[in-house]
Amino acid sequence: MIRPDAPLLLDICDLHASVEDQPILKGVNLSIRAGEIHAVMGRNGSGKSTLSKVLAGHPAYTVTAGSVNYRGADLLELDPEQRARIGLFLGFQYPVEIPGVSNLEFLRVATNSRRAERGDEELDTFAFEDLVHERLKVVQMDPAFLGRSVNEGFSGGEKKRNEILQMALLEPLVAILDETDSGLDIDALRIVADGVNQLAGPENATLLITHYQRLLDLITPDYVHVMAAGRILRTGGKELALELERTGYDWVDLELARLEPETVEVA
Amino acid sequence: MPAVALPATAEWLAALAGSPLPGRRHEDWRFTDLAPLQSVAPEPWTGPDPFALAALPDGITRLEPSEAQQLRSQVLQATGSSAAWPVQLNQGASPRCLALRVSGAAGPLQLSIDAGTAPGLLALQLLLILEDGASLELLQHHSSNAANATSQLTVAQLGHGARLHLGVLAPGDCRASLLSHLAISQAPASALQLTTAVGGWALSRLEPRICQVAGAAHTRLRALQLVDGQDLADTHSHVRFEGPDGELDQLHKVVADGAGRSVFNGAVQVPRKAQQTNAAQLSRTLLLSDRARVDTKPELEIVADDVKCAHGATVSRLQQNELFYLQSRGIGADQASKLLLRGYCEEVLRELPAAAAALNPLQLLLRERP
Repeated sequence: MIRPDAPLLLDICDLHASVEDQPILKGVNLSIRAGEIHAVMGRNGSGKSTLSKVLAGHPAYTVTAGSVNYRGADLLELDPEQRARIGLFLGFQYPVEIPGVSNLEFLRVATNSRRAERGDEELDTFAFEDLVHERLKVVQMDPAFLGRSVNEGFSGGEKKRNEILQMALLEPLVAILDETDSGLDIDALRIVADGVNQLAGPENATLLITHYQRLLDLITPDYVHVMAAGRILRTGGKELALELERTGYDWVDLELARLEPETVEVA
Repeated sequence: MPAVALPATAEWLAALAGSPLPGRRHEDWRFTDLAPLQSVAPEPWTGPDPFALAALPDGITRLEPSEAQQLRSQVLQATGSSAAWPVQLNQGASPRCLALRVSGAAGPLQLSIDAGTAPGLLALQLLLILEDGASLELLQHHSSNAANATSQLTVAQLGHGARLHLGVLAPGDCRASLLSHLAISQAPASALQLTTAVGGWALSRLEPRICQVAGAAHTRLRALQLVDGQDLADTHSHVRFEGPDGELDQLHKVVADGAGRSVFNGAVQVPRKAQQTNAAQLSRTLLLSDRARVDTKPELEIVADDVKCAHGATVSRLQQNELFYLQSRGIGADQASKLLLRGYCEEVLRELPAAAAALNPLQLLLRERP
C-alpha cells in the first residue's frame, strides 16, 4: 500500500559494496516507506542477493561508498545482531543448518533479543511455547520441527517455512526475503506467500528478491525494481514484472551498453 | 599454571609400575608430557573408597576374587593392554576394586569417583562380566579438586549378545591428572557403546582398547575432549577385529581453546581374518584459539581386502555462516558462539547414559555458570 506520507523506513543512497575486492554494488538507490511491498528482480549476478546481505551486515561484504538510513539511524554502523534487534529481517535464500542447536531454543533466544530491544519482558520457556505454537499457524508448520536442530534435515520448503516463522516471531519493520520462492513447489510457495501476506501491514515493509513472476502472482508488489550490474536500472509498478515475464532481460543489455559503453559487450 | 615435577614422584610412580615413566621417545607418548602427574605427592590417596558407596541394582552381583583375577588377565590379554604403562601403574598401585557380574537386563549403575582435595594417587579397578544377553548402562563420573591423580582401569567382558552402554563423564581440575584405561572384549552379537566426555584436567589420558574377539560385534565410540588454559587431553583408542563382520562407528570431537593441547590417536586393526569389517572413524576439531595445539592421527592397519574402512579428520573454527545466521536473528556474537559451541558438544553429550543429564554435563565441562 502506497501512502506518500507514511514514515520512511529504509533509505539507500548510492550504495557501493565489494566482496573480496570485487565491486558488486555500484550505486544502488532505493527508498522504502511503511506499508510498501517492493520486489527486486534481475538476472543471476545482478547484485540482488548482495544487496540483501549488505543490508543485514554480512561480514564478507565491504561497503565502499554510499549510505543506508534506517528510521533515522545509520544502519551501516550497526552489528548484524543490532540491525535485527531494531527490526531488520533477512530471510535467507539458503537457511543455515546448525546441528546440535535446538530450533526451539534458537527461536526463543532470537525472539527475546528483539523483545529486549523493544522494552518487552523476556519470555520464559512456557510463555514462549504458547507464542510459538500460535505463530506456527502462520506457515502451517508441524510443531515437531521445534524439537529438531536448527534447519538440520529440513527439506527446502521446511527451511523456508522456518524462515517465515522466525519473521512471524521477530515482527520486523523491514523484511528482506532473498529468493524465498526458490526451491519451493506450488503448495509450499502458496503457504510461504500466504505467511508473508499475513505479516505485511501498514506499519512494516517487505522487500522481495525474486527471479520469477509466480511469487508476485501471490504477493502483490507496490513497486518492482529491475537490478543489473549492481544498480537499479528501472522502477515501475506491478505491471513491470509482467512486462519482464514477456520480454525477458535482453533490453537490460542495451540499457547497460548505453550507460557504460566501454565495459559491456552487447550480445 | 605449569606443574612443578617432584623428583621423588617419578621414582615412586616408576617403582609402582615396575617400569620407568614413558617419555617423548615412546611413539605413544610423543606429544604427551607427564609433568602434571609428576607434581602429585608420592603417596597413595587416602579417603573413603568411592566404590563402597555404590548401590548395586538388581541383576548385578559381586565376583569372587579368583573370578575377578581370571577375568582381568583374560581381557587384558585379549585387548593387548598388559604392556600399557597406565595399566602397569594401576596394577602396582594396590587399586581399590569393584568386580561385578551382570545377568539379564540390569538397572542403570552410576559410580562417582571424586578424588576431591586429598593429595596423592587414587587407583581404582572396575571389572565387569556381562553374561550372554545381559545389558547394562553404566556411568563413571570422575572429578577432582586438587593436584592429585586418578588411575582408573576398567575391564569388561561382553558375552554373546550382551549390550554395554558405558559413559565416562570427567570434568577435571587444572591441577589434577586422570589416566583411564578401558579394556573391553566383545563376543559376537554384542554391542558396546562407549561415550567419553573429558575436560579441564592438567593431564588426561584415555585409552579405550577394544577387541572384537571373533568379529561380528558392534562398537560405537563417541568422544568429546575439551582443552583450555594449559590443559593437555590425550586419547589413544585402539580397536581390533579378530573375526569377520565386525562394525565400528567412531566419532572423536575436540574443542581446543587457550593454550590447550589435544592429542588423538585412533588405531583400527583389521587383520586378514576380519573380512567384511565395516569401520568408520571421524575426528573433528574446533579450534578456538591461535595458541591451542592439536595433534590428530588415524592409524588404520588393514590387511583384509574385502572391508569398508572410512576415516576423516577436520580442524576448523566456528563457521562464519552459522555465526552470521544467528547474529542476523538478533543474537549477539558472544551468545551465538556459545550456542554453536554447545551444539557442537551436545552431539556427543546426548549419547552419554541417561543418568548423566541430571549432572548437566555441558555446564560441568564448559565451566559455565548456571
